[in-house]
Amino acid sequence: MTIPTTASGNRGLQLEQNLIFEQDTPGMTAVDLPAAPKVSERLGEMKNSKPIGLPGLSEPEVVRHYTRLSQKNYSIDSGFYPLGSCTMKHNPRLNEKMARLPGFADVHPFQPISTVQGALELIDTCASWLKELTGMAAVAMSPAAGAHGELCGLMCIKSAHEANGQGHRKTILVPESAHGTNPATAALCGYAVESIPANAEGRVDVAALKAHLRPEIAAVMITNPNTCGLFERDCIEIAKVVHDAGAYFYMDGANYNAIVGRLRIADLGVDAMHINLHKTFSTPHGGGGPGAGPTVLSDKLAPFAPVPMVVKVGEKFEAEEHAGHGAAKQSYGRMKGYHGQFGVFVRAVSYMMAMGGDGLKQASGDAVLNANYLLARLSEEMTPAFEGPCMHEAVFDDRFLKGTNITTLDIAKALIDEGVHPPTMYFPLVVHGALLMEPTETESKATLDQFIASMLHLARKAKSGTAEAEFKNAPMLSPRRRLDETKAARKPILRWTPGAGDAAKQAAE
Amino acid sequence: MRYLPLNDTQRREMLGAIGVSSVDALFRDLPKAALASAKFSLPNTASEIEVERALGTMAAKNLNCGAGPSFLGAGNYRHHTPASMDYIIQRGEFLTAYTPYQPEISQGTLQAIFEFQTQVALITGMEIANASMYDGATACAEAVAMACRLTKRSKALVSGNVHPHYRDVTETTMKFLDVGVECLAPDPYGIEDLIGRIEPEHACVVVQTPGFFGHLKDYTVLAEAVHKAGALLIVCVTEPVSLGLITPPGRIGADIVVGEGQSLAGPMSFGGPGVGLFATREKFLRQMPGRLCGETTDEDGRRGWVLTLSTREQHIRREKATSNICTNSGLIALAFSTHMTLLGEAGFTRLAQVNHAMAVSLAEKIEKLPGVKLLPTAFFNEFAVMLPKPAAEVVEALAARKILGGVPASRFYPTYPELKNLLLLTATETNTAADIDALVGALKEVL
Repeated sequence: MTIPTTASGNRGLQLEQNLIFEQDTPGMTAVDLPAAPKVSERLGEMKNSKPIGLPGLSEPEVVRHYTRLSQKNYSIDSGFYPLGSCTMKHNPRLNEKMARLPGFADVHPFQPISTVQGALELIDTCASWLKELTGMAAVAMSPAAGAHGELCGLMCIKSAHEANGQGHRKTILVPESAHGTNPATAALCGYAVESIPANAEGRVDVAALKAHLRPEIAAVMITNPNTCGLFERDCIEIAKVVHDAGAYFYMDGANYNAIVGRLRIADLGVDAMHINLHKTFSTPHGGGGPGAGPTVLSDKLAPFAPVPMVVKVGEKFEAEEHAGHGAAKQSYGRMKGYHGQFGVFVRAVSYMMAMGGDGLKQASGDAVLNANYLLARLSEEMTPAFEGPCMHEAVFDDRFLKGTNITTLDIAKALIDEGVHPPTMYFPLVVHGALLMEPTETESKATLDQFIASMLHLARKAKSGTAEAEFKNAPMLSPRRRLDETKAARKPILRWTPGAGDAAKQAAE
Repeated sequence: MRYLPLNDTQRREMLGAIGVSSVDALFRDLPKAALASAKFSLPNTASEIEVERALGTMAAKNLNCGAGPSFLGAGNYRHHTPASMDYIIQRGEFLTAYTPYQPEISQGTLQAIFEFQTQVALITGMEIANASMYDGATACAEAVAMACRLTKRSKALVSGNVHPHYRDVTETTMKFLDVGVECLAPDPYGIEDLIGRIEPEHACVVVQTPGFFGHLKDYTVLAEAVHKAGALLIVCVTEPVSLGLITPPGRIGADIVVGEGQSLAGPMSFGGPGVGLFATREKFLRQMPGRLCGETTDEDGRRGWVLTLSTREQHIRREKATSNICTNSGLIALAFSTHMTLLGEAGFTRLAQVNHAMAVSLAEKIEKLPGVKLLPTAFFNEFAVMLPKPAAEVVEALAARKILGGVPASRFYPTYPELKNLLLLTATETNTAADIDALVGALKEVL
């Protein structure tokens, strides 16, 4: 049976949806407002005299529009999302409910401090949990995301070096397996970047690292557990040699979910680490943000932390909002408006309270157990890049596809037809044709077994040499088939323009 | 623990498949000393009821803006949130999806971004916009960095009418790149001379409209002078509702427009998360930071969307990227876009008119109070007033009467004694005539 062609372009529950600009009923609105007082305008010369060009839709049309769009998305709520390095765990709705309490949601950042004691207490509570879990001296709460937290850490490091007469240190060492944000962050902080190689077992080559350490090195940035899904077991030695060379140890906390509640990163000799609240502490990813990247700091770096800072004075909370004053005397400045990602903090605290210290330890245990279960079971047909045990991610290379014409990309696209969100592809760069899988602790054994069955089925089919066309054509069953990314980049169309849709329609007719 | 699906039987089965005896064995690479010394003083698992109680108690310690009349602005605005907007952003398919890296199963997020990019371009009067930044302040810093790349210059001039947090974040970010940021003193009277200060080394001039103290100014002549000097004009917008009524920055010569979308994207939430708006001219596309969504077709020739031009971004370019940003503010951008769609042209302009009318109505009463001087002659929904006594004291006295009566300028400029009596007042569609009467009545007592 072939799929019938429909007049509407719809396919059952897969409903086509035009752009809002193509649904315009001029003058229509879905928002009614109360009458305004009659006044004479005070807009000076700046009153706009031309139309803006926004389309008019009614409320039912808008709700249907976004409902249909939502149904074209894969999400954790709907299925397994083993996207490595992203920690796609369940997002409890309790967190959403708490963030919408009027006492948190309907609070302005510049109310008198006496009227926001609960908001400052919430930030302080979030900070206290993070400090207790990591054993670190302080935490800068304002970074908006992981990469922003990296920037915060490096800004503290640069400020500390300058304060200590070490301003000549201009280079950051980054392993070649690092996430792209590490070198990009170093550059944004005015640093040069040098890459250090990994050893055959997927970890930092300590001898190579030592050879790179010299008086112009400001810091070493190491993701731990690393992007190959392995714990850097030499990290204490790394911290020691880095400190002996007068540099700082930045640990990228992207993979903190594997070790939360098990050890304190202060005991590893870490000077700074960002924590992705949207990964480890289950605040939703929202289709790409907003997250939050609070950055824990050692006592050496703490004085340079950015403003604002919540300070407890007796029983009252205060906010130090200006660098150069009080607790922020040596602060390097401000990197984000207002008080950071407050709504994200509420969700994270809601999660931490629900889990408790015991629940967090159980979570990292189950996350690592689930990843090792995938590693063990999938090794039947696939080729693990490194020997286990892994941490909370399992990485496979594409040796199992050798001799076929099928690539990692083809496997990923075939997984879409299996109803699974593909793992991270081609990252880390040091693994050839990598498939990086992070199941997280919130998946049941039944879900993992179903995924394993799909994955083994695809691996066997790929090796059989009879299904190449099927792989190259995948996905067949998703709302769209493979999209032409080259075309999108060659002649970018980044917005709707009046008439463009009409031309497309005419061409189609 | 209710969020964890495995039970002990299943854990044992899985350990058997792996071939180890315990979960601890999987952590064998962790340093033994660190494992042994790890003791955490934390509470145990709590039920939903217990979490709700604890956080409910904390939330109740705040005076929320809906509990009485409130007139707060300074970059963060209280607007009505349509019920369907909050419903849509809580749909799990939006809320619990990641960045649309697999476009075949992310068309919903991608199409919403494409619509967002178009809406931002339309209201700012610019050619293109990105998928959003963290917030307005970081977007401003990114715009200055972009102007430096485009002009190959490394100095910036920032008006005293720019939000102090935007100024601070820009200054902090740029000092690490050895870019000199010359920030003019706060300009509550709107009289600073920017044109006379432009130097050939300046990559850009940064202004804000409406200004931090409320002034609406025509920057057309400034734009011409900036361009003549080979620099770029960056315009910040902290209150995008204003764009429903005033001439968009793109039409007065802006090269980059940055802004904060919070006021159209839901609750203030103590200032975050927000959504940074970033729009520019098409010719500057390759130096633009942040994610971009573009139109294309799939193998069946059907229209679809993908993330595009990622060769500017960190995961491809690493240390040569235009920014280290690895995300946008997806869900808040969706909220912004949903609200804009609900409003449409008619609703958006109407919302702006109601805001302006409420603010004028407030101004008419405030300026009649003895000893009070209204500073801007042209404004949108916010204006600065000079009071006969310190504004911070007045605000505290009003708060004691459950009125959140504006933001004192001293909160931002503690070292400027001449701003001690300066108060920023905002009125929006959420205020009523009764709110205004309550504020004016209380001010009569307090001043």
